[in-house]
Amino acid sequence: MNTPKELKYAKTHEWVRFTSETECEVGLSDFAQDALGDLVFVNLPEVDAEAVKDETICDVESVKAVSDVYAPVNGTVSEVNEELLDSPELINNDPYGAWLFRLKDVSGAEDLLDAEAYEKVCAEEEH
Amino acid sequence: MTSKTPLYEEHVALGGRIVDFAGYFLPVQYPTGVIKEHMAVREGVGLFDVSHMGEVTFRGKDALANINYIFTNDYTNLKNGRVRYGVMCYEDGGCVDDLIVYRMGEDDFFVVVNASNRHKDVAWIKEHLFGEVEFADVSDDYAQLALQGPLSGEVLGKYTELPKKYYSFIRTQILGKDVIVSQTGYTGEYGFEIYCRPEDAVELWRELLKDERVVPCGLGARDTLRLEAAMPLYGHEMDETVSPLETGLDFGVKLNKDFIGRDAMMARTNRHRIGIQITGRGIAREHCDVWLGEKLIGHTTSGTHCPYLKGAYAMALTDEAYEPGTEVTVDVRGRKIEGKVTPLPFYKREG
Repeated sequence: MNTPKELKYAKTHEWVRFTSETECEVGLSDFAQDALGDLVFVNLPEVDAEAVKDETICDVESVKAVSDVYAPVNGTVSEVNEELLDSPELINNDPYGAWLFRLKDVSGAEDLLDAEAYEKVCAEEEH
Repeated sequence: MTSKTPLYEEHVALGGRIVDFAGYFLPVQYPTGVIKEHMAVREGVGLFDVSHMGEVTFRGKDALANINYIFTNDYTNLKNGRVRYGVMCYEDGGCVDDLIVYRMGEDDFFVVVNASNRHKDVAWIKEHLFGEVEFADVSDDYAQLALQGPLSGEVLGKYTELPKKYYSFIRTQILGKDVIVSQTGYTGEYGFEIYCRPEDAVELWRELLKDERVVPCGLGARDTLRLEAAMPLYGHEMDETVSPLETGLDFGVKLNKDFIGRDAMMARTNRHRIGIQITGRGIAREHCDVWLGEKLIGHTTSGTHCPYLKGAYAMALTDEAYEPGTEVTVDVRGRKIEGKVTPLPFYKREG
């Protein structure tokens, strides 16, 4: 499993890449994409939608099931990755390149996990 | 209690993601992934462990009379060496299970039922047996492999002669092991099902996988393949509340003979099973309401992304038949997405 050290993570398996102090990109971790299996549909949030930490913001669908994506922080959606609408498999192929959406006015990032802590969460879930 | 099939250790060794399905630990997928496993069956060859399926036998002078009365299809003219689909119904016309019948001899029938229904089926059959018939649940005496896909004949033909016709079978040997090989399957593709003794399953499984073209496939691909081919699944397209006629299984029901549930199902409602191609954005799965304008017309019974057709499709039970092309909407988690009625099956192999 690949867990880049420079990113932050939520227990719900989203990764967060800060591009400034108040802006970030959000995607699904390698652990998440592997657990979900082949992704075939991504339902992205609307631009300007409000992200509320720990609440559902959008969903992704694998062949098998639909899964909620939770907002790992508070903020406002500034951009969505429309490339994923036609190519959801990018999340499987390159989970840390395939960001889902970008947020601005970010707050509530204190609880995010570093890579090491996140790997522990994943290890526990495997059992 | 959850059982392991004889191939459990093989699935684990191959990295299969194991789930509890119908009381058996089986792989939902291997690291290959559902889409590639699905495509292997459509374009190459895939191998499934279907040892969980149940098998029962009817033998004796009244064996034929019993299956003709307990099952909906007519097996009178079924030849030795041939296979025929059927359904088993309650008195009210709802389905106990669906099944396939192998005629092993004049008074000798081998019947394959769904794993999840096995105990219920056995109890129901025992309640209704009559005359001179020996009935037995032989599920634990058989393991079953399914080798499916356009190249399956080439692979299996290295070891044995093959049943030539669709829905026929032969008794033969593979690597010196006694097996039944039938040209049957649950994928909508050319392929074979191999019944063997449980203790022979590992050797046969490993031998077939020596051919590098053979891709091991899990339950995930089995479900997307059968859905793409619009094959009904008990608990989805049919159950105790749905009659085989309502779910489009008329071909497996012979109303000109007497059988359990016949009169009741003839008097039932006019429900239909339809196919829906999702034309909007999203995937409709089971239990989604289907609307024609402002009118609720039914609900989906199965639905997913179909890897070969590269789109989302669903089957639905509706209050009446709807013409292909009819535009409907499907309520997916509170969001109405567009679809259109499409003929079944969604996918049909050529030839």
